[in-house]
Amino acid sequence: MIRSLPNSRRYLYSYKLYIGLYFAFLFAPLLVTCVLAFNDSQFPYLPWNGFTLEWFTADLPERVGLFHDRMNLESIWVSAQVAFFVTILSVTVGTCAAFLFEQEEFPFKSALYFLMLSPLVIPGVILGISILLFSNTLGMFFETHLGIDVPLFRPGFWLVVLGQFSFIATLVTLVVSARLRKFDRTLEEAALNLGANRFEVIWHITLKFLRPAIVGAAAVAFLMSFENFNTTLFLVSSDTTLPINLYLQVRDGSTPVINAISFLLIVGTSLAAAVNLYFSRKQD
Amino acid sequence: MTMKRRFHITLPLICFLTPVLLWLVLLIVLPHVDLLRMSLRAEDDYGNAIWSFSNYMAFFQEPIYWLTFVRTAVYSIMVTVMTFIVAMPVAFYITKVVAPRFQGFLMMLLLMPFWVSELVRVYGWMILLRESGVINHFLTRMGILNQPIEMLYNDVTMVMGLVYTSMLFMAVPLVSVLESLDDSLIEAACDLGANMGTIFFRIVIPHAMPGIVSGSIVVFMLTLGNYLTPNMIGGKNALWFTEQIYNQFIASFNWNQGSAFGFLLLVLSSLVIWAGLKLTRQKLSRVVQ
Repeated sequence: MIRSLPNSRRYLYSYKLYIGLYFAFLFAPLLVTCVLAFNDSQFPYLPWNGFTLEWFTADLPERVGLFHDRMNLESIWVSAQVAFFVTILSVTVGTCAAFLFEQEEFPFKSALYFLMLSPLVIPGVILGISILLFSNTLGMFFETHLGIDVPLFRPGFWLVVLGQFSFIATLVTLVVSARLRKFDRTLEEAALNLGANRFEVIWHITLKFLRPAIVGAAAVAFLMSFENFNTTLFLVSSDTTLPINLYLQVRDGSTPVINAISFLLIVGTSLAAAVNLYFSRKQD
Repeated sequence: MTMKRRFHITLPLICFLTPVLLWLVLLIVLPHVDLLRMSLRAEDDYGNAIWSFSNYMAFFQEPIYWLTFVRTAVYSIMVTVMTFIVAMPVAFYITKVVAPRFQGFLMMLLLMPFWVSELVRVYGWMILLRESGVINHFLTRMGILNQPIEMLYNDVTMVMGLVYTSMLFMAVPLVSVLESLDDSLIEAACDLGANMGTIFFRIVIPHAMPGIVSGSIVVFMLTLGNYLTPNMIGGKNALWFTEQIYNQFIASFNWNQGSAFGFLLLVLSSLVIWAGLKLTRQKLSRVVQ
């Protein structure tokens, strides 16, 4: 049953087989995608025609590799910019929210806490259309009543940033709150007794303590934003993010360039995950 | 007895409260109020905007709409149950069976695929399963199949894809809740002659309940709101309710109808989550932690 009890050989072997199958199931699609990025073929199919790097580097009429594919490179750049702003915004607001819910007292606190959690249970598609509708309503209001045209209220870069921020901030709040709860508040009291004000205490002591959680939350926020599809789908305009751009390409038929991008994403995120894991291990 | 601390308006409180209020009011509360408002607007015969329930009436009168809705709900519950059945043994293996020195490594393997974009994972399945795909290639090579068959664009593949996509969100809460289960409880039960089934249903499952509930909630919500997987490997007849919403918004440009659909989906997901919490006597704020 468990490792400290005697187990029959059959139990252990069949369990190992199941786990093996599970991990094969887990990794098969990723592995195949990576391998076929290096196949010398016009399509991401087998048979294997030999190893090539052309889907990354080529700039030929019949074969344009990723590094010369302007549309895909641009969408990667857009995604990186969106993720940057989402990370800054959600880390700032999420940290404020963590302080608010962990250290402050005010009326209707539990109601507000419940509201803060709600983005976790709202489907991303709904969040996307709600924000699209509301920004449209605001835009109409500004245009008809005040005669001002506000580009922020139309689908585009900043609306995507706001849409993704609206739920990623909740995740940041939860991560930072969890760490803040472990903080020894006598340290704060000591600093206050020694003449620091509340903001000096937060800046010099509490934020230093929170730094690993904030860095971890920022990494997760960046990745979630970079890969978000559901909410972005409704808020995006001409400057498409990478997931939206890939989606449009896959829908219209696929080339190994998509495999090349996927390969870089898989390698990049795995490295980021490993680094993140290493640092969180070191913390404990 | 706890003393209720008196509440003062202080500068730190204002500094923390303002951005949080702006976020929650402007990006969560008002947009959803607007969603409800839009869903109750329609045009009368003269093209004037009026208040009306016609968008909701259309939902109930058009079988394709409500059938898709029911289908999406039933499939989402099915996917949630299947995800639990697949992930539970894995979580138990990692926390209780495998030698402790492999635990960290297996945990990392478990998490890694989910850092990769959902789109890439679905694309991987497309390459594997399509008519010219890798699995068909091997099956015809080995002579098991004479002709490649199309394995994409059906319900079985779609459900598998949805289970695959949401597995992590079940496995992680299960692992963390099983980690807190004291091994000696299982040992004691075993000494007293309980069989594996009894141990599983009387000790493991009750202890794991908070993890099961939080995993199920997240999986259910993600499945219900999933657009990519049904759209890409579910094919034309795999109607998913989010596709209806997308069609109303982007293709027919009927935002009022789309809002009504969106609001119905929101109500459904809230209701199922609420019922799940009530049935298992859990609290949302406890479950998410």
